[in-house]
Amino acid sequence: MNARPAILPDPTGVLAPVARVSPGRPHVTIRGLSKRFDKAVIYDKFDLDIPRGELISVFGPNGCGKSTLINMIAGLTPPDEGQILFDGMLLSEIKFGYVFQNYREALFPWLRAFDNIAYPLKMMKVPPKERRLRTEKLVAHLGIKLDLNLFPYQMSGGQQQLVSIMRSLVVEPEILFLDEPFSALDYEMTLFMRDQLQKLFIESGTTMVLVSHDLEEAVYLADRVLLLSRHPARVADFPRVSVSRPRTDATLSDPEFVRIKAHCLDVFQREVRRA
Amino acid sequence: MKIKRLEALLPIVGVAGLLAIWSLTTWRQWVDPVLLPSPILTFKAMWAGMHGALGFDFVKTVYRTAAATVIASVIAIPLGILLGASEKIYRSLEFVIDFFRSTPASAMFPLFLVLFGVGDETKISVAAFGAALVILFNVAYGVMNARKTRLLAAKVMGASRLRVLFDVMLLESLPQTFVGLRNGISLALVVIVVAEMFIGSQDGLGHSVFEAQQLFEMPRMYAAIFAAGVLGYGLNLLFMLIERRFVHWSGK
Repeated sequence: MNARPAILPDPTGVLAPVARVSPGRPHVTIRGLSKRFDKAVIYDKFDLDIPRGELISVFGPNGCGKSTLINMIAGLTPPDEGQILFDGMLLSEIKFGYVFQNYREALFPWLRAFDNIAYPLKMMKVPPKERRLRTEKLVAHLGIKLDLNLFPYQMSGGQQQLVSIMRSLVVEPEILFLDEPFSALDYEMTLFMRDQLQKLFIESGTTMVLVSHDLEEAVYLADRVLLLSRHPARVADFPRVSVSRPRTDATLSDPEFVRIKAHCLDVFQREVRRA
Repeated sequence: MKIKRLEALLPIVGVAGLLAIWSLTTWRQWVDPVLLPSPILTFKAMWAGMHGALGFDFVKTVYRTAAATVIASVIAIPLGILLGASEKIYRSLEFVIDFFRSTPASAMFPLFLVLFGVGDETKISVAAFGAALVILFNVAYGVMNARKTRLLAAKVMGASRLRVLFDVMLLESLPQTFVGLRNGISLALVVIVVAEMFIGSQDGLGHSVFEAQQLFEMPRMYAAIFAAGVLGYGLNLLFMLIERRFVHWSGK
């Protein structure tokens, strides 16, 4: 039952690896999830297990409900029916992070980057001094060279999204949701940010659920790719990406990577044509 | 480089042009000099006036406009936040607010005269009434149009409804609040000046303009008009500077 990682006052334990009580047990269990918008049935009795400590990419046809899925898991969209549990606990009992696609609107422009990152700690009623300490610790740990005294609007898009990601990590989340985090960035920045995210993932071992509309990115980052069908969404396939980390540019031409990507594309096109 | 330096002078082109046409008109006597005194005469009257009666009137008008705006803000800003935070309350009051916002504030003078008599209270309260509705409307809109993602972000980080209101909605509404304050104070100035002309006033810029016209002291009248213009422009500029200082993220 007590699979919660150490979250008690532990300013030195930034990004402490998640306690792996029973490695085989799923982290998130989704049962009988149903959701409809007006007449469109997006989910109908949807079941899914999300394994612990893995990075899951969610990929599927347009409008199939990729974002809706993580929004329901993260409590932003209430499901009509169904149950979502995290190690048997409710969302309100765990710590999680969420990274929005639109970093411009997700950050608080009236706060400096540093205070943006520290804000979730304020919500957890961490005293100011410790907030400072923990934020500094996280920044130092990630080794990100950024002037955090700047306001978000003084930063580039990539830097802003990096601040967003740091903000979601500062609480040492058990699970991190990312909704197309790089799709508003230019290609150069996207490549850089992919590697930053991978680094964060390797270091923290936090379970991550990433929605992506870019198949290459989805496979490159993932331990498993969750391929969804058109709505009502089913799991079309959930293949494992068994390519070692850290992945690099060379990974893109690795035969195993190429094979999985081709397989995912096949499944995707089959699902698109099924319309 | 040379052109860049000249471009800095662009803003004064209009002023110089206006003064040139004005001077030419009075010099060639295209208009009766009694109706339109030369710029020099006018500015002399203004200089002299600002050290005497006109300066006193100026201060009076500033005081009344400021008082009206402060009263309006104290009432309208909290109310606007309340209205903006609850869509149901706003929808139920929208028509009433829109109706009175569209009613010329000057039409309320007789009513307020009955309520407050001919003193400063009437002038200030009518101006405050007009300004309050403009500010209220803008604050409510600012709160209502807070970016959805930002509200969700705060919610996801565990902010309570009250926290979201104070940490996000309030700050989100600030740029629009300043739009309301700028429009509100402009309206307050208009109402105050009109009131000073006609509501049995003994002082103020409106009174000064009106009295100079009655006595046919044209340079003094123009001087008072310019003083009112300086005041209006100055108040607008002041609010812009305050906004740039405190709402540094506005428009970014």
